[in-house]
Amino acid sequence: MSGTSERKPASFRAVAGAVAWRSIHNFLGNPAFLVPAIVFPLFFFTAFAGGLSAVGNVPGFDFPSGYTAFQFVFVLLQSAAFGGVFTGFGIARDFEIGFANRYLLAASDRRGIIAGYATAALVRAFITWAVLTVVALVAGMDVGGGGVEILGLYGLAVLVNLTATLWAAGVAMRVRSIQGGPLMQFPVFLILFLAPVYVPLSLLSGWIHTVASVNPVTALLEAGRGFISGDPTVVALAFAIAITLPVLFSLWARGGLRRAETAG
Amino acid sequence: MSSGLRTQVGQLARRSALRTLRQPAQIVPALVFPLFLLAVNSGGLKDATNLPGFPTDSYLTFALAVPFMQGALFSVMNTGTDLARDIETGFLNRLALTPLRGAALLSGLLTGALLLGLVQAITYLIVGLVAGAELVTGVGGALVIVLLSVTITVATGTLGLFVALRAGSGEAVQSMFPVFFVFLFISSMALPLDLIQTDWFHAVASANPVSYLLQAFRSLLIEGWNLGDLALGFGIALTVFVVGMTLASRSLKTRLVRT
Repeated sequence: MSGTSERKPASFRAVAGAVAWRSIHNFLGNPAFLVPAIVFPLFFFTAFAGGLSAVGNVPGFDFPSGYTAFQFVFVLLQSAAFGGVFTGFGIARDFEIGFANRYLLAASDRRGIIAGYATAALVRAFITWAVLTVVALVAGMDVGGGGVEILGLYGLAVLVNLTATLWAAGVAMRVRSIQGGPLMQFPVFLILFLAPVYVPLSLLSGWIHTVASVNPVTALLEAGRGFISGDPTVVALAFAIAITLPVLFSLWARGGLRRAETAG
Repeated sequence: MSSGLRTQVGQLARRSALRTLRQPAQIVPALVFPLFLLAVNSGGLKDATNLPGFPTDSYLTFALAVPFMQGALFSVMNTGTDLARDIETGFLNRLALTPLRGAALLSGLLTGALLLGLVQAITYLIVGLVAGAELVTGVGGALVIVLLSVTITVATGTLGLFVALRAGSGEAVQSMFPVFFVFLFISSMALPLDLIQTDWFHAVASANPVSYLLQAFRSLLIEGWNLGDLALGFGIALTVFVVGMTLASRSLKTRLVRT
């Protein structure tokens, strides 16, 4: 018994490590995956922070670190979420070509497969964030928050990335085809853009204000923007949401894995 | 046009139109996605109308020009993907064994784009007006908006054909999406050119033809009959069409020689 309980974590780690290594290798070795992952967030950042900078002059807009930092937080969390979704595309592709079935046959602890994909998603997100952060700082982004606050911001991004990966993995393992791509992507896109993307919640009105007020992403954005400006706000709520979501979606992903196991 | 060529174009146009109509996965996102962004952006950026110099007090009216351009973006992807599938499945090889003319093939393939462009334009306009957008040029303006939208959709569809013929795979066509997306994003999509404050962004957006296509729509929605803006819009669309068709025709010759 003790031998079994000693081997299990090692198996989990070995499976997770192998899946992560292959996914990261594929990501870094193929410009078709690497370039869009880096370039897309930069497009959004450029279009929002550069093209909409005049929105920072709208009466009532009083974000202390300026419009570039305001938009940086949205693009950071957006890239975190889409990094997870794109990993889901990779999972679906692995099922289409039959590689995922080989994972299922070979893995002694199949939860390691999900952990491996999640690790790979995080690594690709770190690469994207590194480039995005450098570009934002070069563009003159004003950072008012200290080290702990910035750590809080990136901590939120990590949890968002994990949530999106688990969501997309659950879909990919149920659909087991890249045709499930819109199903992974559209809800994430929807929930992100139904938050205060361009102006703070207080400046929104009508139906978008009502929806944004109950959208959990709003708390994540407000906390992130509070961190970057050095004026932390709704931190407890944001982290409660950011920790609860991966827990819930890990059940969703585990269910997807069971479906894939049953389907063979 | 000779009767032979008419028959060839007719057959391929029928196939292209039926193919588009039978793929809800092509039609639904092309209608829903731009309208969703219109709803979100017109709600989120409503306060931008308070900026001095903003041309209208309705951001919805200002933003209504954007779905027409996003629809054109879908046309590139859909037209290119359909042709790439014909290449991948060997259908183009079979066509190459027939006396089919290149012009017939390309014209026929654009019928699906034309049909989808028409459905898109009418839907965007009706939804926009029902939601409260203004149209100062009335019914005449609405007709010109639909005409301009279809012209742009067909013109950008030729670029999809070119990419498909060059690359020969649907995956390659899809990977071009970000390239076309940049043209939309780095334009006067969200704010008028005069109100873009970041110098380099203003310079790029001013040189980007998409800004002038958007302006052609906005002139009809906000300003009234501005023949200069309309001529520029239609001129750009026709230039894209001519360039796209020329490139696609050349690539088709190369592709058919390869087969």
